[in-house]
Amino acid sequence: MENEKYVQDLSDIKQMMNRSSRFISLSGLAGVFAGGYAIIGAIVGKVLLDGHNSAIDSLSPASMDGEILTRLFLLAIAVLLLAIGTAVFLTTRKAKKTNEKTWDNTSKRLLINFFAPLISGGIFCLILWQYNLIGLIAPAMLIFYGLALIHASKYTFGDLRGLGYANLILGLIATQFLSYELYFWAVGFGLFHIANGIWMYNKYDRKNA
Amino acid sequence: MKNIISNINKAFDHRVRLGIMSVLMVNEHADFTSLKELLGVTDGNIASHIKALEKKGYVTVEKSFIDRKPNTRYRATKTGRKDFQKHIDAIENLLKQQRPQP
Repeated sequence: MENEKYVQDLSDIKQMMNRSSRFISLSGLAGVFAGGYAIIGAIVGKVLLDGHNSAIDSLSPASMDGEILTRLFLLAIAVLLLAIGTAVFLTTRKAKKTNEKTWDNTSKRLLINFFAPLISGGIFCLILWQYNLIGLIAPAMLIFYGLALIHASKYTFGDLRGLGYANLILGLIATQFLSYELYFWAVGFGLFHIANGIWMYNKYDRKNA
Repeated sequence: MKNIISNINKAFDHRVRLGIMSVLMVNEHADFTSLKELLGVTDGNIASHIKALEKKGYVTVEKSFIDRKPNTRYRATKTGRKDFQKHIDAIENLLKQQRPQP
């Protein structure tokens, strides 16, 4: 029947547009892991801070301890590397399962568009550190990460957009509650990630697993 | 009704041509190999369909060398984009009309 042919045409068009422009092997499970690492990281950070009797809500240079900042910095880098490593591993595994390529135009585009805002954010946070505006670092991380996700969502699953906006708004709110920023950070990078990861895993991965 | 049918474009009335245009609608350009991989058809098949679209003025071909290997890039022209969008709209309208209310 004519009708069915056209219905098929429309779905072919849509599928081809998506497959050629979006990277669809991204693993939802990776988000859950990233969230887990972030929460563990936040707990370790809290312990470090409590042990040192320091607070990171300060905007005044005098009250900050240089050594603890270096430790927190290394901790953040470790969380980031673990999250990226897991994401790469799970995504490659998923791509292999579904016979998609991991390294093609769509994944290159996704990475460029994700990391451009993210790396700018990272450099900006280092600049905040340089000027001892420590209190603003955690909110700035949330804000830039949110922007990176919103930007990247055009090149992979659109579901990342919601997570991006949530982190962006949370980051802006966090600027007004600097004494609670570690909690905001844990909610944004931890809970939001886990929630979004489970959502995406159920939507895309489970039927292939 | 007549109007809608006249917007359904014979030039796009083939799975491969539909696929090529879909890819070029959402990408600035695409090369021969990636088109082939995406659509899963043979070289000759793709080439002949691209030629047909080129003749209609819907795609442009750019040949160049990347690392001394020949590379062919395709782009959708303005007319190509406009007419393909019309084609999609026409199909959607047609389906809407034939199935009045669910």
